[in-house]
Amino acid sequence: MFTTTKLFLQVTACGALFALNTYAVGADPVRYGFGEPASAHDLQDFVSSLPDGRDLPAGSGTISRGKQVYDEKCASCHGQKMEGGVGDRLLGGRGTLVNNDPKKAPVKTVESYWPYATTLFDYIKRAMPFYTPGSLTNDEVYSVTGYILSEANILKGDEPITAESLAKVAMPNRDGFIPDHRPDHFKPADKHPRLR
Amino acid sequence: MSILDPNSDAKNKLKIASLVEAEEAFLAKARTNANSVYFSQHHIEPAKPVKGDSSKGVDPLQRPQNRRHFLASVAVLASSSVAGRAIAQTTTPPEGKAPPGAVWRSVPEDATKIPGTAIGEDGGYGTRSQFETEVRWRFGTKTPLSSWSMTPLEHGVGIITPSGLHFERDHGGIATIDPATHKVFVHGMVKQPKKFSMLDVKRFPSISRILFIECSGNGLTEWSKPTLKTVQGTHGLVSTSEWTGVPLSTILNEVGVKSGAKWLLVEGGDAAVMTRSIPIDKAMKDCFLAYGQNGEAIRPEQGYPLRLIAPGYEGNTHIKWVRRIELSDKPFMTREETSKYTDLLPSGKAVQFSLIMDAKSVITRPSGEMTLSGPGFYEITGLAWSGRGRIKRVDVSTDGGRTWKPAGLQGPILPICQTRFRFPWVWDGKEAILQSRCVDETGYVQPTLGQLIEVRGLNGPIGSIYHLNAIQSWKVDTEGRVSNVHYY
Repeated sequence: MFTTTKLFLQVTACGALFALNTYAVGADPVRYGFGEPASAHDLQDFVSSLPDGRDLPAGSGTISRGKQVYDEKCASCHGQKMEGGVGDRLLGGRGTLVNNDPKKAPVKTVESYWPYATTLFDYIKRAMPFYTPGSLTNDEVYSVTGYILSEANILKGDEPITAESLAKVAMPNRDGFIPDHRPDHFKPADKHPRLR
Repeated sequence: MSILDPNSDAKNKLKIASLVEAEEAFLAKARTNANSVYFSQHHIEPAKPVKGDSSKGVDPLQRPQNRRHFLASVAVLASSSVAGRAIAQTTTPPEGKAPPGAVWRSVPEDATKIPGTAIGEDGGYGTRSQFETEVRWRFGTKTPLSSWSMTPLEHGVGIITPSGLHFERDHGGIATIDPATHKVFVHGMVKQPKKFSMLDVKRFPSISRILFIECSGNGLTEWSKPTLKTVQGTHGLVSTSEWTGVPLSTILNEVGVKSGAKWLLVEGGDAAVMTRSIPIDKAMKDCFLAYGQNGEAIRPEQGYPLRLIAPGYEGNTHIKWVRRIELSDKPFMTREETSKYTDLLPSGKAVQFSLIMDAKSVITRPSGEMTLSGPGFYEITGLAWSGRGRIKRVDVSTDGGRTWKPAGLQGPILPICQTRFRFPWVWDGKEAILQSRCVDETGYVQPTLGQLIEVRGLNGPIGSIYHLNAIQSWKVDTEGRVSNVHYY
């Protein structure tokens, strides 16, 4: 089998050694020719959550349709009022993120914590409903996404919910994230520890 | 629109309570099992000092002989070894019932007087001894389809985690995937989108690396107070395997990365269709798609047939059941990397893409819920690891961090891999606080919990949830009982 392989060594054997550790766009060290080209048809059902909405599928939904979908498919786990149950709580929690009290937990929900509306579409589309994931149509997912955002007082009005509209939604915690600043630098601790 | 009390903490409380419950259920069973390190010895006479004065210690070369009591000291063996053996016999697993991963075989009085089991009777795939009972135990979520199970570190020897004891975190159950039909699609900002069968994947040149994987939620119950009792509960979301697969750089060269591509999405083929964004520099540097684990095919619960290994990154990025890779100029901002694996600080800001696991160590024996049965020699042992490279040193303290002495490190000391450390100790029978502190090759010093809270704050009972890598303290009381405490 191996002898029939189209093995192109585009650079020297030395280049192959470096292939494990380096890369340079346009200067691929080794190409083996394994695998098949993936067609647009192969890729058509995949969805991704880029915040500009470019990988979300065609379709549109309405908030009223979303309520029907939610009541039928989501409420049993997330609660009639999206208060949570087996599934995560979806609403509330604004104003609880700033907190230095170890006895009081912040309330992290779609409303209070999620920075992008596109993520909500993406997650529902790929992983919900929990026991029948991937069973909702794109229009149903747009609808239920819109309904949750509407109940969270983030979306208002009757505009159709689409990839374009979700990309424009200003989530309350959009600017709540900062990059990783670690590693922190710790020195060996003081010599007088105690039981706490 | 009124919902719930915004201060409601019911779900977190429920989570922690169910973990405590799961651990307690496990412990109740283990305490009655003579093979367990948690075997209850309360009915054994208190240990007597060895040859008069225990403070002078015992010969450190004299080791406990009875395998059923790892922590049985020489003192107990000297004074009550007969009693110890009798108890062990009465708690042998019931006839006919083998623990998970084992097959029950009748136990002869004397194995030298009767032939053993026929070769091949196991069908050609071996099982562990029927006397070995350690298991992962699961966080008691309402659905066992989204949950995690923890590695019993206290039983571990060496650095490799047996594949069947490697910790798990699954979000939609364990997918069953036929490798004959499985495909991996690679597309997005590439010159030629491609799909690869498992046969294709396995034709590429392969690499093997022994690496730890740690869930960044490891220890989340321990931020504000000591909560779980055993090291399996406090640290069991870390494991080490040898992983074998094909470098992501090889696959990406195959499709041709377009200029401007900076991130890639890796997607699992399970019911959660788990996704995470990985920086392309990391992908090209050392990520690989693994189909092998500890010399055989990767286990189903670890992502069979194909799992992303992102060395040193938090466990959630090691996407299991990989079916798709998409390249982009920006991170995808998936649910897991926005609403879940982000570290909320008291300021209300959350640290995002905190991907690397900082250096951490823990003493695995003696550890919580074990009992030292008397003064004498004990080997303190544990594991240290860092997502930034090799472990350079581990120090051990038996006085709560006032004084430290270097532990011996067992080679090989590999980058981004657990390193076994050992420290000989003669317990004088007085209260002791056992701690380990590691330093990695970048010079990073493992912090105390106090130091960590100083920089991270405590935003709620479970703080920033993720990335708790503080020094662990185990208290040994005068009865020899070991418990989880906060001491810093």
